[in-house]
Amino acid sequence: MNTLFNRLIGGHKGAVGLAMLAAIIFIALPLGLDVFRLGLAGKYITYAFIAVSLVLLWGNGGILSLGQGIFFGLGGYCMAMFLKLEASDPISTKIQTTPGIPDFMDWNQITSLPWFWEPFKSLPLTILAILIVPTLFAYIIGFAMFKRRVGGVYFAIITQAIALILSILIVGQQGYTGGVNGITDLKTILGWDIREDSAKYILYYVNGLMLFGCIFISRFILSSKFGMLLLAMRDKEERVRFSGYDVSNFKIFIFCVAAMFSSIGGAMFALQVGFMSPSFIGIVPSIEMVIFAAVGGRMSQIGAVYGTLLVNYGKTIFSETYPELWLFLMGGLFISVVMFFPNGLAGLYEKHASKLGFIKRYIDIAKARRSAATNDVKSTKHIQEKGAKA
Amino acid sequence: MFGYSMAEIGNVFVMQGFSGLSLFSVLLLMALGLAIIFGQMGVINMAHGEFMIIGAYATVMLSKFAVKYDFVNYYFPFAMIVAFGLAFAVGYLVEFVLIRHLYKRPLDTLLATWGLSLVMQQIFRSAFGAKEVSAELPEWMLGSFKPTPDIDIPINGVFVMGLTALITAGVFLFMFRSRWGLRVRATVQNRVMAGAVGINTKKVDRITFALGCGITGVAGAAFTTIGSTGPTSGSLYIVDSFMVVVFGGAASLLGTISSAFGIAQAQSILQFFMTSSMGKVTTLLTIVIILMMRPEGLFASKIRK
Amino acid sequence: MSNTDFVLAIEDLTVSFDGFKAVDNLTLYVDKNELRVVIGPNGAGKTTLLDLICGKTKSTSGSIKFKNKELTSLAEHEIVRAGVGRKFQTPSIYENLTVYQNLEISYPIGRSVWGSLFFKRTDEVVDRVNNVAEQILLQDMLSMEAALLSHGQKQWLEIGMLLMQEPELLMLDEPVAGMSAKERDQTADLLNRICMNRSVIVIEHDMEFVKKIAHKVTVLHQGKILAEGSMDKVQENEKVIEVYLGH
Repeated sequence: MNTLFNRLIGGHKGAVGLAMLAAIIFIALPLGLDVFRLGLAGKYITYAFIAVSLVLLWGNGGILSLGQGIFFGLGGYCMAMFLKLEASDPISTKIQTTPGIPDFMDWNQITSLPWFWEPFKSLPLTILAILIVPTLFAYIIGFAMFKRRVGGVYFAIITQAIALILSILIVGQQGYTGGVNGITDLKTILGWDIREDSAKYILYYVNGLMLFGCIFISRFILSSKFGMLLLAMRDKEERVRFSGYDVSNFKIFIFCVAAMFSSIGGAMFALQVGFMSPSFIGIVPSIEMVIFAAVGGRMSQIGAVYGTLLVNYGKTIFSETYPELWLFLMGGLFISVVMFFPNGLAGLYEKHASKLGFIKRYIDIAKARRSAATNDVKSTKHIQEKGAKA
Repeated sequence: MFGYSMAEIGNVFVMQGFSGLSLFSVLLLMALGLAIIFGQMGVINMAHGEFMIIGAYATVMLSKFAVKYDFVNYYFPFAMIVAFGLAFAVGYLVEFVLIRHLYKRPLDTLLATWGLSLVMQQIFRSAFGAKEVSAELPEWMLGSFKPTPDIDIPINGVFVMGLTALITAGVFLFMFRSRWGLRVRATVQNRVMAGAVGINTKKVDRITFALGCGITGVAGAAFTTIGSTGPTSGSLYIVDSFMVVVFGGAASLLGTISSAFGIAQAQSILQFFMTSSMGKVTTLLTIVIILMMRPEGLFASKIRK
Repeated sequence: MSNTDFVLAIEDLTVSFDGFKAVDNLTLYVDKNELRVVIGPNGAGKTTLLDLICGKTKSTSGSIKFKNKELTSLAEHEIVRAGVGRKFQTPSIYENLTVYQNLEISYPIGRSVWGSLFFKRTDEVVDRVNNVAEQILLQDMLSMEAALLSHGQKQWLEIGMLLMQEPELLMLDEPVAGMSAKERDQTADLLNRICMNRSVIVIEHDMEFVKKIAHKVTVLHQGKILAEGSMDKVQENEKVIEVYLGH
């Protein structure tokens, strides 16, 4: 149990990083920001789910998905559909031609609730859908692609095409999806008003806790043999296959986990921000999500969270005041991260931290040498745990 | 079928088919450029749409100039040359500054070129404004043939199509019949060996990348005949042209041509029977499903890995 | 095809790439505990033969039976699990992982998704890694990143990774390429030791090395068997001298 705890926290160094992030998310931001700004921070944190999922998928697995928006969107739409149905009770929609259905359906001359909306009358079914629908969709895509050994650039392009298809479809099917405006005017969940300040605080904390949950789950995966295999597959897929592993299953699994994380993020987005629209699904948002993880550091979950917060903060600041400058900045960010800081903020931090901590490093190396020389079971294990962390 | 008679359906197919020709030309030229770059460095250039727009803006600007100095009827061939030259030059520069540092990192190149596309879009917006602009088309390109009373065949489509055929033939000759093309193919197949026999592989890379961009610039000139040009117009075509390349099998010229034709025609004909968004969804979805079943594309040959 | 006592029975195996037959109607049997060396000029189809056995390349026709189990229809990982291990021509190891991790990853427990998620590093695993590390002379380098090993040590590490799987058939593609004379001798000893309880197929160009290890030699030429037998017998074969050894 103790070792499991250690794995999730990531040892001494990991604990410091986690504690700092927790202090920022749970203490500093709520104390330092007004409700409106905190709502923005909460919105960015929902994007961080995607960044964390990309650390798993892209940083560790080497699989670049340009379609994480698909899963964020599906999760968001599932939640938004539930909230919309609750907001569309027959009394508050009595001026419509058909009361009791969402307003945009009424505007599009639809007279009864489409069948795929039915399950979203129930919250348990909705939560189930948030967890299962995107994951199942990822499974189908992953199964088709990875079993046939499609990877790399091809996988990136095809996921991007699917993101495009889904966004066009949602925009085109106005009557069923709310079209380009998306699903708006979400008010309550089980009668609890999500627009009130107190609700905003509570949702913000729930959101943060869920993000930490996702970080812990991905730490569990990465610190297991699975995580080691993921790295091995990224670098020498063939060798893993010839060590008796069915590589495709591992890729499908990690793609599904990443989809589920993104979906949870999307659902939390709909809850906190109060709407969901196709603008979070298409090509542009899906590829922007990759830059969140890249800026923070594609190998570091905590880095990815910081990256998401920073990029989005920058986006909000710049796109309001200097919209022309923002695109240059964003473009420059893509280029410079790839060319000069492939490990992002986390990489920069490590570099500096290691400069400061060179004495500690020296001791570590000496320790490793000694235990390698004595070659007993215990010390090998010790080094192993070190290696797994690194 | 959809309440039309067979004769009407036939007419629709002919007309939509011909109007699909312009789209086919644009897609084919974009995909050719993309395929050359993809074949060369195994990476997809996300800023490809913006290179097309370079060609489109060049054509629009030249057409304005032509109106002023009264040579509207002849400017189009010049526009294609200027479009090629400009896109080629920018491509040459981009390879030198950016791409050459990222060979062997295809996924990173993809992200970097996306960044490049954002920067280019903003440059277009700052230089030409956010509003879409159109080229002044020469009068002789605006009309249409009427072989039967029910059928309209736009002349610009046929004209652009003819030019596309010429360029495609040129690319074929260049790649498969010229000394330089031999060098390009040698570098693609075995970079180390090509270097060892005295081919300047770095130069080959740069010229090939620039050439791919140049051809895309010509696609931009063709594009002005079917749509108006704005800073982000290129990004609308990027996924389509990826699909053309992947679907046709990146290494096959015949594959690229057939898949560009198929995709353009499917979109054009389907648009008549359903909304244009559903036509696009149906086409893309079909491609994605086929690619899932046959990831190597339709025209890939079996090779020893 | 009838069942045989051979560990590996390849019969009428052909593979063609767009008409070019890299392996042409080949029949080959390997005995239990035998160390077979396959030699031949470049392009003879040696590596392709290994690719066919381990499933990397699919055959056009013919059969490959391992312990009377048909391999041609199995996926790579299934062939490995059946007991066939393969080392590649250039050392194929995980450079970013430590030597210990490289060996542990090859341990045949926890090969499924869930199995790997809940894999526990038991004493048994650690003992086994230490044991193999000792055999491949890397016991002092377990915590070293594999990228830092010398070329020869990388070759050993890959052999060690295969030994972790306890394969009944081990296939090694040019295991001593890039090794010093001393390392070659050590590798010869290693191979002679590990073929005690398994069959081994080795592709090699170094004739001195082949002499040290081969029980039987097969000479391939243009996808076909040119000669087969003991090293001495093969060396005297005129056809072999003409196409290969005479150079």
